[in-house]
Amino acid sequence: MSGLEFILDGERAVAPAGSTLIRALSANGVETPTLCYLEHTSAPNVCRVCVVEVEGSRPLVPACSRLLEEGMVVSSDSSRVRHARKLVFEMLASSVDLSLVSEETGAWMREYDVDPGRFGPTLRTDGPAASMRPGHHERPDGLSFASVAQPPLIQDDLYVRDYAKCILCYQCVNACGPEAQNTFAISVAGRGFEARISTEFEIGLPDSACVYCGNCIAVCPTGALIPRTEFDLRASGGWAADRQSVTRTVCPYCGVGCNLELTVQDGAIVRVDSPLDHDVTSGNLCIKGRFGFSHVGAQPRSEPA
Amino acid sequence: MDLHFADAEATEAERAAVDRFMSAHASETGPTKAARLERPRSRERRDLLLPGLHALQAAIGWISHGALNYLGAAIAVPPADAYGVASFYSMFSLTPQAPNVLHVCDDIACRANGALEVVDECERVFGPEGSGDSVTWHRSPCLGRCDRAPALFVQRAGEDDFDHGPVHADLSGRAIDGLAELEGMNIDLGIERSATPQGQAEVRLLRRIVERIDPSSLEGYRANGGYAALHRAVEMGAESIRDLISESGLTGRGGAGFPTGLKWKMAAAEAAPRFVIANADESEPGTFKDRVLIEQDPFALIEALTIAGVSVGAEKGFIYLRGEYPVAGRRLEAALAAARDAGLLGRDLFGRGISFDIELRIGAGAYICGEETALFNSIEGYRGEPRNKPPYPTQVGLFGRPTVVNNVETLLNVLFIIMEGADEYRRLGTPTSPGTKVFSVSGHVAKPGVYEVPFGTPLQDLLALAGGMRKETGGMRNITSFGSVLLGGAAGTFLGPEALDLPLANEAAIERNASLGSGAVVVFDTETDMFEMVSRIAAFFRDESCGQCAPCRIGTVRQEELMVRVGSGFDSGGLIREVGRAMTDASICGLGQTASNAVVSALDLGLIGGDA
Repeated sequence: MSGLEFILDGERAVAPAGSTLIRALSANGVETPTLCYLEHTSAPNVCRVCVVEVEGSRPLVPACSRLLEEGMVVSSDSSRVRHARKLVFEMLASSVDLSLVSEETGAWMREYDVDPGRFGPTLRTDGPAASMRPGHHERPDGLSFASVAQPPLIQDDLYVRDYAKCILCYQCVNACGPEAQNTFAISVAGRGFEARISTEFEIGLPDSACVYCGNCIAVCPTGALIPRTEFDLRASGGWAADRQSVTRTVCPYCGVGCNLELTVQDGAIVRVDSPLDHDVTSGNLCIKGRFGFSHVGAQPRSEPA
Repeated sequence: MDLHFADAEATEAERAAVDRFMSAHASETGPTKAARLERPRSRERRDLLLPGLHALQAAIGWISHGALNYLGAAIAVPPADAYGVASFYSMFSLTPQAPNVLHVCDDIACRANGALEVVDECERVFGPEGSGDSVTWHRSPCLGRCDRAPALFVQRAGEDDFDHGPVHADLSGRAIDGLAELEGMNIDLGIERSATPQGQAEVRLLRRIVERIDPSSLEGYRANGGYAALHRAVEMGAESIRDLISESGLTGRGGAGFPTGLKWKMAAAEAAPRFVIANADESEPGTFKDRVLIEQDPFALIEALTIAGVSVGAEKGFIYLRGEYPVAGRRLEAALAAARDAGLLGRDLFGRGISFDIELRIGAGAYICGEETALFNSIEGYRGEPRNKPPYPTQVGLFGRPTVVNNVETLLNVLFIIMEGADEYRRLGTPTSPGTKVFSVSGHVAKPGVYEVPFGTPLQDLLALAGGMRKETGGMRNITSFGSVLLGGAAGTFLGPEALDLPLANEAAIERNASLGSGAVVVFDTETDMFEMVSRIAAFFRDESCGQCAPCRIGTVRQEELMVRVGSGFDSGGLIREVGRAMTDASICGLGQTASNAVVSALDLGLIGGDA
């Protein structure tokens, strides 16, 4: 693979041809904040916290999806870049519950001195704005500020959709659809700030095309999609990361050989994932591998008399 | 993929509507289908989703869960996806509603002419927005009838839609009692002369319109110079046409000003199949020139797009027309049929082995679909969300194929250039903005309408052509003197009296931090409540953001909220400028990148925010 020369923050740099900017920057020791980006899926390119400045481009460009070109002049830390990243983080944090984002994202928000309170107190809404006709909205009052706060959707024992935490990154829609599962149970519905992840006509997940593979959970960057076990433990205050260990094993259900990562707390499995970078699964599992673990901790049935 | 449909049955009427629609499209094959197969994301007949939804909405008046299931099964689109698309457009209702829906424009140009009184009257007569059993009403963004403000658009189940204006408050009661009567009025007004009050000045694109040539007659069109350009273009050959267009210096009239010849060359250099598209999704508030050009000279657009197809080497063209232009839609449909019958569209044109046909696609109420990559997604049956660029449309466009998208007005210039030559084209205008520009002039001018003037014409000369400031607005209040002008629509900038000498050319506008944009010129007098106007623009972007990227989805909300603070003197506009910069820098497409232009320019001019 041949290398491309470019200028990164005033210094000469080299990265392999075909690299996205995010990889090219990383190869030269410059990390980039991300929210909607995952290494193993095609970049949704929507959160825009990864923007960098490229000479010759009027707007900033998303590092996650823009390919490196020979001779590009890239600034990763200019005042425009810092301003855009800070404001986008502030806008997201002022409208979405970001309490479950990764440590790295939290560090970036501190780096940019993110203060969502600058927009004022947020307005709690009581549910998705599904009833709102596209192109129409309630006029603001100048005191409260809109957010996507809403009660979590708990419709089954397997996972919870807590859309107050949704940044609308499309990863779940893509995983349910063309990227992994080809089930197409969910889509983005509505428009603008009322855009939301939804089944058709907001029907319940058990009635929808959902096959409960949970591959949407695997790609959710904000904890909006969360296994029921984890959700309940967090809700009761019993979720304790410091008492957890992760064990890698192979799924016993069929012969494919999917690797599992079992998150275990106090001797019980509380969450099952598969490594995103795994050759076989790319993080994907089926309903059995991801959710079929309750028997592990079950008490043995008493012998028939 | 096995589709899963939740229990919801279509009614007999819904099934019949879908069956009729499907049988009308059953025999379709051709380049569209061939191209679609190369795009792995695409599935069979997904491109029929938007017209299929239109068929249901038009027949039934709303789209039920059962109807959506039935349509989805017919075209193999998962119901969640179909719902995502249907809920994207404001002309589709996913809940039962009255069969007659008045879309009442309350946007800037209509607002300057009493639209809020019409809104009040609707509320009085019909009750709250969205209520009513036989007639309901909704506020609407600009309907592109600013020359006859205040305007409304009537969407009807089982009957043709129509638009109407001016609607005065005392008329709206009648509008409801006598829809048929109003529609009759509209047919008379469809070739309304006041839209082009320019008279016999030197016009190029407006010539047949000013001369009142019957827009419904192919013979009339041909007798007045029509189809001479296509014949000449075919003689010239594809490459010579591209060279001539480059030589003329023609630039795009949609707002971005990209060189048209270069765009055609870039697409022609890519492998076939290719597509050409006329972007007639004219939705920029204050812009109505393309509606007038299409309603009153529809064959010209068809001829020009055919030339583009010949020159680029495309066998299929699309005209993407906004859904709120029913008269333009019916005239285009009729003109396309007439052109096909006359052998001017179809296979082996002129015995030269050239194949080219045009499909008319109708939008459904989404400003963003005028953005070219959102337009591709809309035609393909996806949500009208813009794509990331690069790759550019000339490389990867509609159905993943090289595609040229040109504004209606841009294409019409091609006819003139081919007949008169590049030098003659350049005789008017400025060296960097050659030719003429068609402006939509509205607001507080005496003669709102469409005006064609050479690039470089001073703003005040254009306003003089439009009769200067009007004396009164239908008895509401007297108009005072010139206060400000919004140039380029909602995505444009406010300019004050000091800009009246501005030469209307791309380079001169850029020098003043403005842009001609789509050519919208909305004039306000000194007594206009500019805070209300700017707030309406902020609300417009909040309504029309597609919601895909965070800076625009949330930034347009914050911008509107912060406007309230600016209005009440709590904020001097510092944070609103910060939000605006982030939207401009970090948004995916032109909507977010320009969503703060008008607000920031109003702050700069002191039209709003003076007190903090």
